[in-house]
Amino acid sequence: MDEMADITDMGDIAAEFAAYTTGAPVVDTKAPGGPVNERWDTRRFEAKLVNPANRRKHTVIVVGTGLAGGAAGATLAEQGYHVVQFCYQDSPRRAHSIAAQGGINAAKNYRNDGDSVHRLFYDTVKGGDFRARESNVHRLAQISVEIIDQCVAQGVPFAREYGGLLDTRSFGGVQVSRTFYARGQTGQQLLLGAYQALSRQIAAGTVEMHARTEMLDLIVVDGRARGIVARDLVTGKIDTYYADAVVLASGGYGNVFYLSTNAMNSNATAIWRAHRRGAYFANPCFTQIHPTCIPRTGEHQSKLTLMSESLRNDGRIWVPKAKGDDRPANEIPEDERDYYLERIYPAFGNLVPRDIASRAAKNVCDEGRGVGPGGQGVYLDFADAIGRMGRKAVEEKYGNLFDMYARITAEDPYTVPMRIYPAVHYTMGGLWVDYDLQTTVPGLFAIGEANFSDHGANRLGASALMQGLADGYFVLPSTINDYLARNPHRSGDDDVNDEHPVVQEVLADTEDRLRLLLAVDGDRTPDSFHRELGELMWEFCGMARTEPGLRKALERIPQIREEFWRRIKVPGTGEEFNQSLEKANRIVDYLELAELMCLDALHRDESCGGHFREESQTPDGEAARRDEEFTYAAAWEFTDTGEAPVLHKEDLVFEYVHPTQRSYA
Amino acid sequence: MKLTLRVWRQQNADADGAMSTYDVDDISADMSFLEMLDTLNEELILRGDDPVAFDHDCREGICGACSLVINGDAHGPERTTTCQLHMRSFEDGDTIDIEPWRASAFPVVKDLVVDRSAFDRIIQAGGYVTAPTGAAPEAHATPVPKPDADFAFENAECIGCGACVAACPNGAAMLFTSAKVNHLNVLPQGAPERETRVLDMVAQMDEEGFGGCTLAGECATACPKGIPLVSITGMNKEWLRATRKSGRR
Repeated sequence: MDEMADITDMGDIAAEFAAYTTGAPVVDTKAPGGPVNERWDTRRFEAKLVNPANRRKHTVIVVGTGLAGGAAGATLAEQGYHVVQFCYQDSPRRAHSIAAQGGINAAKNYRNDGDSVHRLFYDTVKGGDFRARESNVHRLAQISVEIIDQCVAQGVPFAREYGGLLDTRSFGGVQVSRTFYARGQTGQQLLLGAYQALSRQIAAGTVEMHARTEMLDLIVVDGRARGIVARDLVTGKIDTYYADAVVLASGGYGNVFYLSTNAMNSNATAIWRAHRRGAYFANPCFTQIHPTCIPRTGEHQSKLTLMSESLRNDGRIWVPKAKGDDRPANEIPEDERDYYLERIYPAFGNLVPRDIASRAAKNVCDEGRGVGPGGQGVYLDFADAIGRMGRKAVEEKYGNLFDMYARITAEDPYTVPMRIYPAVHYTMGGLWVDYDLQTTVPGLFAIGEANFSDHGANRLGASALMQGLADGYFVLPSTINDYLARNPHRSGDDDVNDEHPVVQEVLADTEDRLRLLLAVDGDRTPDSFHRELGELMWEFCGMARTEPGLRKALERIPQIREEFWRRIKVPGTGEEFNQSLEKANRIVDYLELAELMCLDALHRDESCGGHFREESQTPDGEAARRDEEFTYAAAWEFTDTGEAPVLHKEDLVFEYVHPTQRSYA
Repeated sequence: MKLTLRVWRQQNADADGAMSTYDVDDISADMSFLEMLDTLNEELILRGDDPVAFDHDCREGICGACSLVINGDAHGPERTTTCQLHMRSFEDGDTIDIEPWRASAFPVVKDLVVDRSAFDRIIQAGGYVTAPTGAAPEAHATPVPKPDADFAFENAECIGCGACVAACPNGAAMLFTSAKVNHLNVLPQGAPERETRVLDMVAQMDEEGFGGCTLAGECATACPKGIPLVSITGMNKEWLRATRKSGRR
């Protein structure tokens, strides 16, 4: 805390950025009224349709091939649209949705345990700490049941019971068994389902797939999204692609923190460039820290590995009762262990939501009771589960996770408790979208983790896969029709081409940026800047945030940005496969997005979900919301690099689930 | 630990490649193999040299991007992906050879990066169930016996990394192709396209220039996901059955 003493003396640049202004409220004009369970039907009925014969004349660009993008590309092509799709990976099969382990929620009520669409809706609104839209969340819960049907029809090998029916389990923070899973590889299997559906369309010629191609900017002409600028990562060639609508399915921005559970190349460039071109960015400070990751081992750490929190169903979390107890776990007797989640939250125990589990782990480590290198870890112990169920049953359920843990740590979790520590995992914030998933730039849509829409301030476990697939298979393919029908494509419509002044400007911007990165020829690597930014963000905009800390970060970020442009070293040229150039260009955007995240966290002077402001907590240390002032989504409008953005508030109304202070005790 | 690395460097697909030697120091046993390469690359960048290009993304052993032949073994000495290989598998003072996948159907893009799009085209040829969005019946309408579901899952675990091809003396893609054929063909949802799937995927596999299978078994030994050699037998049976039934080859 000492280093925070000088924060009152903050720099002029930070003050200028923090002096944001508030603009007109942003209103979701697409959200229908009426009973919440009829709104999705109402909207689908009111939305205009495109004549099937005309659809092939419309081109839709989809950026990203994860669950949301893969599902959307395949479905739009099935409907008859011409889809042009992009991914930075060498194959659309590798998007990071593939790493999701635990499962996917659906209100099927196959267990007859009292589940329903309404309960999933209720749990998701409550879990999101009353910062999500009721209409969107209810739609998500309704669609959840169709997703399971769709995936089973594609041949997704979900876990089954001996009778041949689908198995489910309960998962992170809920009391019903509604999570469908495929061992610990649910994301992989769902993604391969979407990838295979997409592959069928690629073979049919309805999807034009560009792998190893990264979107670097958005083309907005006459106020409408009309295309993108993208770089072929193999040849380095920068090209333009035009369309009638652009869909961003490029994932979240957790890699701002350098160390996260995201893939190494997951990045924020597509959404940040869209933000710079006019799309509002909502709730950027809502980031999720996942409680069950493998602790870091040293400076060389390049990323963190998550283990499914389904482990919390059977594993028990504890630390020694005494500070600095460095005996091996197995030598610490039962009565000297503190099963702190079970103690503090007797009703939910080890299954409390992610933000609560993460913060509790941080608290016990801050008290000096953490275990493992640097005291940055807590135990996740399966001894009881193995005693109760037998080793074979534990192996059946969690075998691949145990193997993964053993490979990374060289420890055997069947005999020694696992060590876990929280890590950045998911970003609830993202581009602001209306009920149709359209951003504030007409014709620009954002789906999956790239948007902010359904999880409020905290996402429940097994809900990311649900939302990605709901958006991609069902929501976007219905709502995009309305936009395309109202903005019909005229044949021979070539008003936007490389000669258009707007396109020329966007192209020149992109080329200049890359040229400049190559020209600086300084003395620091891209990773060194990324690591520095990430450490700053983890310290001041991570699990617990304070006003002085955020102000400090807001002061530091422009300084890092300035140093970046003075000292960055990117070898090679732009006209070749150049991974350093890719990295450096992504960091340019992180260095701006980080600033907005800190400002958003500073302005939201309350705690809610994953956003914990130390100034706003209950006497027993829980997040204290301030509903009178902050029951809104914060949608930020870009002005210029380092200059104060404009805040537009979208008021949230709760008609069905009445805000209560969350209590999991 | 201190290591000597001999790394395949090749500027692009058309250039000639060669092994280059680098020394790295201060390598921790806890580092992953790719973090060791990150360390080398940080040094190369500061020296003004071109860093070594390699494919990687999730670093959790699931995306299938990483693809290095280490001391002659696809993904190195342990049965895992390169990203999950740790330096504790090596000794201080070791010399380590690092090469890209070697197969004529996987041309080198740069250094250790190869083009595996042939795999995508094999899937496009039939590695899917035709189930347009919205047309699905209720999930519980068709129970699937647990052994079939488990068999499908075990084959579906393939991450498409290509280690099977890299390890095969013939550069064959039989293990990859068979994993998808078995996954979908055993399920009732995959049954309507059972014959066309295997015939079309095998035909595409041949067209891509992968070698023939002599059941050497190296593929299954290299596979980080443990897809068994018997998967190939399964596909051969499916293929025979399909040719008899359809009269096609």
